Amino acid sequence: MDQQTIDKLLSLSKLSLLPDDREKLLRDLSSIIGLVDFMQSIDTEGVAPLAHPLEVTQRLRPDEPDTSFDQEHYQAIAPQIRDGLYLVPRVVK
Amino acid sequence: MNPYASVTQLRSGLDNGDFSAEELAHCYLDRIDAAKDLNCFITVDAEGVLDAAKRADKAIANKRIGPLTGIPIAHKDLFCTRGLLTSCASRMLNNFVAPYDATVVDRLKRAGAITIGKTNMDEFAMGSSNETSFYGPVKNPWDRECVPGGSSGGSAAAVAAGLAAACTGSDTGGSIRQPASFCGVTGLKPTYGRVSRYGMIAFASSLDQGGPLARSASDAGTLLNAMEGYDPNDSTSAIADATDISSSSRALKIGIPTQYWSDLSPSLTKVLEEARRTLESLGHQAVSLELPHTNAATAVYYVIAGAEASTNLSRYDGIRYGHRAAAPENLEDLYQFSRSEGFGSEVKRRILTGTYALSVGYYDAYYLKAQQIRRLIRQDFLDAFGEADVILTPVSPSTAFKREALIEDPISMYQQDIYTTPASLAGLPALSLPCGVSDEMPVGMQFIGPHFGESSLLTLGREYQDETDWHALHPADNHD
Repeated sequence: MDQQTIDKLLSLSKLSLLPDDREKLLRDLSSIIGLVDFMQSIDTEGVAPLAHPLEVTQRLRPDEPDTSFDQEHYQAIAPQIRDGLYLVPRVVK
Repeated sequence: MNPYASVTQLRSGLDNGDFSAEELAHCYLDRIDAAKDLNCFITVDAEGVLDAAKRADKAIANKRIGPLTGIPIAHKDLFCTRGLLTSCASRMLNNFVAPYDATVVDRLKRAGAITIGKTNMDEFAMGSSNETSFYGPVKNPWDRECVPGGSSGGSAAAVAAGLAAACTGSDTGGSIRQPASFCGVTGLKPTYGRVSRYGMIAFASSLDQGGPLARSASDAGTLLNAMEGYDPNDSTSAIADATDISSSSRALKIGIPTQYWSDLSPSLTKVLEEARRTLESLGHQAVSLELPHTNAATAVYYVIAGAEASTNLSRYDGIRYGHRAAAPENLEDLYQFSRSEGFGSEVKRRILTGTYALSVGYYDAYYLKAQQIRRLIRQDFLDAFGEADVILTPVSPSTAFKREALIEDPISMYQQDIYTTPASLAGLPALSLPCGVSDEMPVGMQFIGPHFGESSLLTLGREYQDETDWHALHPADNHD
């Protein structure tokens, strides 16, 4: 774990940190990676990964029309909207 | 009116007219107000609960009585409640008024329960001490210097302090069981898929499971019956028979896994051994067994939970709901500033750990490896249930610790989950119930059962609680 990796992870996660927090994060992530590296001591040759604890695949609902969400009700919690549209900073100059 | 009465006792008190639902709601509201220093609640819905109580009194008068009619409960603040703040204890959702009810909230309402408020928790359910909440830490009512456990710490402390009849919680790696143990209450993590996750704010979707925190196994069963069941709105919801909460006891083989008991402190070993002897005296047989991959569970859990969290929490973008940074210059800044301001440090740590485990070059070594060991851990349990009906373990390596003791040391904090993460990874039901006291703080034990084996756990819990009174102890009121 180094500052370059931290930069990459922050960029992928769309997060930023204050300089003091970066040092602590570097220490913390290094020790967390140390903890999880214990996994490498376990022999998993030929073991299939387990994604769902009951090994059930996700069901799909029948593709039938249903009542839709009320746009106004759901957009009432949006930070910035206009005419039913979500506002973001200008993307195309 | 006894605020520590069980749901069964409250039910008969309401039905017999000993007190009204409105009086009961007032009783808890007064106690919540007097115990504000515990910081159990993020939102108290005084108006809503009194309106609902009046309706409940009418329903009781008209003999339209559901199992929980007029019983005030509180929801962990990650269950969406229509019209009420659902913050997940995060600045990110400090302004989020949910537009719909979670299935759990809806079903408990239909059973007659009335919502008194929303309980404090670790931010996005990430923590074992309830110290990561944006709204400040919850205090343990047994010792206000100590943590209540986490992440359902507000729910556990509220039940322990007699501020609600019962509460909902959620458990990803121990978040119902460990706070139940630290606060001396009974908490159940159901089998993965038994309780709908619809409207329960996601942390790690292959692990998250809602469940009750209550005064007894019997009350936990009553709540589970109201909460459980197939839900087409949750694609991982299981089709399973309802839990039989009135089954009679039978002699069980109780598995004692070496790996869980060998490193336990002498004081906790003494309490747990006494509990084991009590269970044996009730006609059950203790058998030793092995769960060989137990010591890898914490590592596997933090990789999988982190990976799923980094994915789930990518939805918080400052655009559709939640915190939005002021005056960002471009879209990239909007994302980055909103997320950086909205999330606390533990949440960021988990997102970054998960992103690392999922990133190019590390995926096989971490995420895939963790999923492979997850299968080995699950197989250990399946093998164990060939030898035992129920597995008995500690819940936590210690009783409630002091605030700030571990918060700067994520590894020591993560190690707190060593006895609870294995059942989570395997998707198994597990019950945490009080079994003694060490240095005046409650100690819990954990029963782990096979998939959909909640009935055995609750029956054994009831039987134990009929024989002992650890679950009936409560902290002294300490109101200023």
